[in-house]
Amino acid sequence: MTLGKGWFAALLLSLLFGASSATASADGPPRRVVSMNVCTDQLAMLIADEGQLASVSHMASQRNFSVLWQRAGALAVNHGHAEEVYLMRPDLVLAGAYSTRVTIDLLRRLGVRVETFAPVASLDDIRKDILAMGRLLGQSPRADAMVAAFDHEVAAVRTSHGDRKPLAALYHANSYTSGRGTLAAEIVELAALDNLGTRLGLTGTARLPLESLVMNAPEIIVTGQRYGGDNAQATSVLDHPALARGPRPPGAIVIADHEWICGLPFTIEAARRLATAARAATGREAR
Amino acid sequence: MRAVFALLIIALVVAFAGSLLVGPAALDIGASLSALFGGGTEPARIVMWEIRLPRAILGASVGATLGIAGAALQGYLRNPLADPGVLGISASASFGAVLAFYFGAAAVAPLALPLSAMAGAAGAAMLVRLLAGRDAGTLTLILAGVAISSLASALTTLALNLAPNPFAALEILFWMLGSLTDRSMAHVWLALPFMMLGWLLMAMSARTLNALTLGEDVAATLGESPKRAQLLIIAGASIAVGAATAVAGAIAFVGLVVPHLLRRLVGGRPSALLPASALGGAVLVLLADIAVRLIAPERDIKLGVLTALIGAPFFLRLVLETRRESQ
Repeated sequence: MTLGKGWFAALLLSLLFGASSATASADGPPRRVVSMNVCTDQLAMLIADEGQLASVSHMASQRNFSVLWQRAGALAVNHGHAEEVYLMRPDLVLAGAYSTRVTIDLLRRLGVRVETFAPVASLDDIRKDILAMGRLLGQSPRADAMVAAFDHEVAAVRTSHGDRKPLAALYHANSYTSGRGTLAAEIVELAALDNLGTRLGLTGTARLPLESLVMNAPEIIVTGQRYGGDNAQATSVLDHPALARGPRPPGAIVIADHEWICGLPFTIEAARRLATAARAATGREAR
Repeated sequence: MRAVFALLIIALVVAFAGSLLVGPAALDIGASLSALFGGGTEPARIVMWEIRLPRAILGASVGATLGIAGAALQGYLRNPLADPGVLGISASASFGAVLAFYFGAAAVAPLALPLSAMAGAAGAAMLVRLLAGRDAGTLTLILAGVAISSLASALTTLALNLAPNPFAALEILFWMLGSLTDRSMAHVWLALPFMMLGWLLMAMSARTLNALTLGEDVAATLGESPKRAQLLIIAGASIAVGAATAVAGAIAFVGLVVPHLLRRLVGGRPSALLPASALGGAVLVLLADIAVRLIAPERDIKLGVLTALIGAPFFLRLVLETRRESQ
């Protein structure tokens, strides 16, 4: 069914615009890049030359989802639909590995080059993604410099360890936490904190019932941002009185989802803030 | 009949205690009980008092609400298929709650949440009354309920899609199937007083409902007014179901199954069936909520999934029975 529809649309579009015109010359760096995922949006914005990036997704210019939302405002916006992306005549489309599968297939069938990036699961993935983006855009020197600076910053956080590792719990929307094999857990551990999810033997992103969170009595709870004014069940668990009534109410650190949901060089800022909180927690005890 | 009530009360106590003892935090019975009575570790006390107790109270009161509302609606509409879920009252209450919850009103004034849900429930109840009328055939009643339910669900989905919070669209399941996970005492204070008011109003209709079982003319000679009963039941069901749905989402089929199970045991008299259904509803929802936590504690299965698994086959059987009777 989907296949049939896809073929029909492909046929229609090729009839209208000519099948091969979308693919530019294969040699030389791409000159008209369209990104349709908020993570590739930001990575491309950091690495592309002026004018090389033609369009980013609509999420890139939203403060809640993107760190570079102000810069994204200057670029054309797409909503990740095959039609609009195709009509932009890109010679390279950047997408997330889990972007709508049918859209990517359709664009490829229309002869557009689509490169996908998987979600990052570690600090090393961030380095790899920066380098990969540099190669794709023909900006490897810029990417190399960025990785060198990133390595330097990671090392700086790593050396600032206290003598004791306070227990920290990541508590995302809908009572999810991050365990082994996630970027968030690695960042928490980089900041000299003991990650509750890892300690409980969880892998990936897993549910942590409120009861278990309370019973483990973490010193620090790391939550996502609230979306000011409006509400959702997903985040209202953070208002639960059980969280505030602990013997030593856990220090709450807010790290907005967009600060580390994508693997970007400035994700290290989250680690820096957590390291400061870790030092404060161990310092309290020393006094 | 005394025995039936005694058994229901025992079942309620057992289910309530069971609800307090089940949860993802690995607390054994001794630790749970000692935490409940002020002993144990601080985290254990918080788990018992702030997480499990409100959950059990809401389970019992939401169940009681659905049970008594089902019994009252069935008695008044003289139709065994009437139930807040089937008639679209729960779905409409969800829509009201969603409007207040996701668009900021509930954050400014918490009371806006139950009040808006009650308005939704009342709207649906009056619409059913208008569409089907009293003494309507089963088919008309069900069709009216289906129409109202689908409309309310569509509007709820639309509202969640348009809500400013990016998580809202994912929460459709909560509002359609209901859950008691991580509710707090704040939810109890917000909903319980309204639910009790609703129970009282519905209970006040019991005598009229008794008389109505003898026919409208007899009821009139006994000095009972069906108009008054209608007002009490629509207001009571809207207030109670609205408040319940505002904090727990729409939980289906409880109001259908419970009165049906108990009708034979307590006799057909509404004055006995109403309180019995309240007790039975409380037991059923508490048991379903225990099952949710035992089946897959880390998955957050929605409560309405379980009640529908029990209720839907029941509903089908009732449909077959009513069809046979009408033939």
